[in-house]
Amino acid sequence: MAEQTGMVEKRGAGLWLTHLGLIIGVAFIFFPIWLAFVASTVSQPEIVRPPMPLLPGDQFFKNYSKALTAGINAPVALMLGNSLFMALGIAIGKIAISLLSAFAIVYFKFPGKKLFFWLIFLTLMLPVEVRIVPTYEVIANFGMLNSYQGLILPLIASATATFLFRQFFMTVPDELAEAARVDGAGPMRFFFDILLPMSRTNIAALFVILFIYGWNQYLWPLLITTDPSMNTIVMGIKQMFPSGDDIADWPVIMATSILAMVPPVIVVVGMQKLFIRGLVESEK
Amino acid sequence: MEKRVTFKGIWSPLLLVLPQILITAIFFFYPAGQAIWQSLFIPDPFGLSMQWVGLGNFEYLLSDRFYRASFITTAVFSILVTVVSMGVALYLAILADRLIKGSGTYRTLLIWPYAVAPAVAGVLWLFMFNTRVGVVTWYIGLLGYDWNHVLNEGEAMGLVVVASAWGRISYNFLFFLAGLQAIPRSVIEAAAIDGAHFWTRFRTIVWPLLSPTTFFLLVVNIIYAFFETFGVIHTITSGGPQQATTILVYKVYSDGFVGQDLGSSAAQSVILLVIVSLLTVIQFKYIERKVHY
Repeated sequence: MAEQTGMVEKRGAGLWLTHLGLIIGVAFIFFPIWLAFVASTVSQPEIVRPPMPLLPGDQFFKNYSKALTAGINAPVALMLGNSLFMALGIAIGKIAISLLSAFAIVYFKFPGKKLFFWLIFLTLMLPVEVRIVPTYEVIANFGMLNSYQGLILPLIASATATFLFRQFFMTVPDELAEAARVDGAGPMRFFFDILLPMSRTNIAALFVILFIYGWNQYLWPLLITTDPSMNTIVMGIKQMFPSGDDIADWPVIMATSILAMVPPVIVVVGMQKLFIRGLVESEK
Repeated sequence: MEKRVTFKGIWSPLLLVLPQILITAIFFFYPAGQAIWQSLFIPDPFGLSMQWVGLGNFEYLLSDRFYRASFITTAVFSILVTVVSMGVALYLAILADRLIKGSGTYRTLLIWPYAVAPAVAGVLWLFMFNTRVGVVTWYIGLLGYDWNHVLNEGEAMGLVVVASAWGRISYNFLFFLAGLQAIPRSVIEAAAIDGAHFWTRFRTIVWPLLSPTTFFLLVVNIIYAFFETFGVIHTITSGGPQQATTILVYKVYSDGFVGQDLGSSAAQSVILLVIVSLLTVIQFKYIERKVHY
């Protein structure tokens, strides 16, 4: 009955068991990533004659430089660039149009305000997966297949971001807008000089979430980028597998998988506080 | 809820909402309308004309053995993904919550999979369980188990479930840990002083207080399993073997783009639209998202 002392936190053996449990969890999480990393540092023969080694080999530079400069269908460096462009475009685009529309909805009275609000709200119910064929046709009609606009625009409307900024603007004291008005500052002056600087942290937190969202897109780039030089890295990996019975070039594919996760991991782990804040606020 | 202080003008606010409304109209409402419209027709085999069939596509779908099977597959898949990822995450969150020091380090390590795209997660798990070169396949082969998810339907389902759940653990862990840390220590310590053991405390205090978090996660994870796991399925099984892992979203894609059956694919989109609307309404109703309009 040791627990009757009132301490809920574990000590002694219990503490070690708690750590052990967590370490097993971390190992389960990291095992697939570790294996991918090992595979990206060994040679093809070491993989195709199982079992592959469980510790890194000496082919790191060879595999990664082959992936980055040649790849299989297109150089991975190019795909990384496409992904970066797409993720930034989606994140910045979503934030920009949401900031503007939230500003209009909170700080103006205008006809159709409620209608617009509901129209934006309804987009929550229309993820790209439920409108893929017609959206594809729209993009094809605009001649935007295999283009950055085609990759970015259909994913850019965001009810979540609009709500988040609307919530935040509601908490901004009315006195600030009042003061700006008395000083003769127009709405856009107020927006750029006061509201935008105040929203910095929210913007940054949302940026982290939206960057990951954009980077990790799969179905949409798969549909509209038929030209390998426009592939994003996340969708390009699957294209590296040979069709039929040929053996996949595992070291290069795994090097590409690792490269595909490095930027988002850096963002999530490096900006952990902002990431968690963004996650909680955008889902609440 | 309205601001007391507002700016004057009608054109400037309309101009400000214009970009969002334009994008929404062109890329959301028009395609969704098209999907609903197309679901009422079947194109002729040459794609030259469309024949009105009313609800024919829906009637056909609901009587189609493969579509009904896909519904069941989706249900099984979503429930398994949700239960596995929430179960593991809750277990890890409870452990991390018991630490006075060091839970931050574990959190940093456990959030990694959030950054890994579902399609990349698919490739990682495919590599481990690959029938020819997979490490796990090889080691369990030593134990006498012949793993082959390319042929075995149950193993294929198991693999896509684990790969999908793995990618979701971070998310659930963060929310569970936040939920647990929001429970006042004093309440739990009081129960401990009264002699309540861990399980009693968990059942009577922690679990009920955690239920809003759990419910929220339940809905979000089901939405995730329905829509965002396409990458996992596409990379690991492509819906096979014998459509054993063809979830509804995958079927919209394979019928619409691979099979070119536009009427059926559009009708499937409409059904998904109804499902996602229902889930969103549930999410809003119970999770009290702060929408005041």
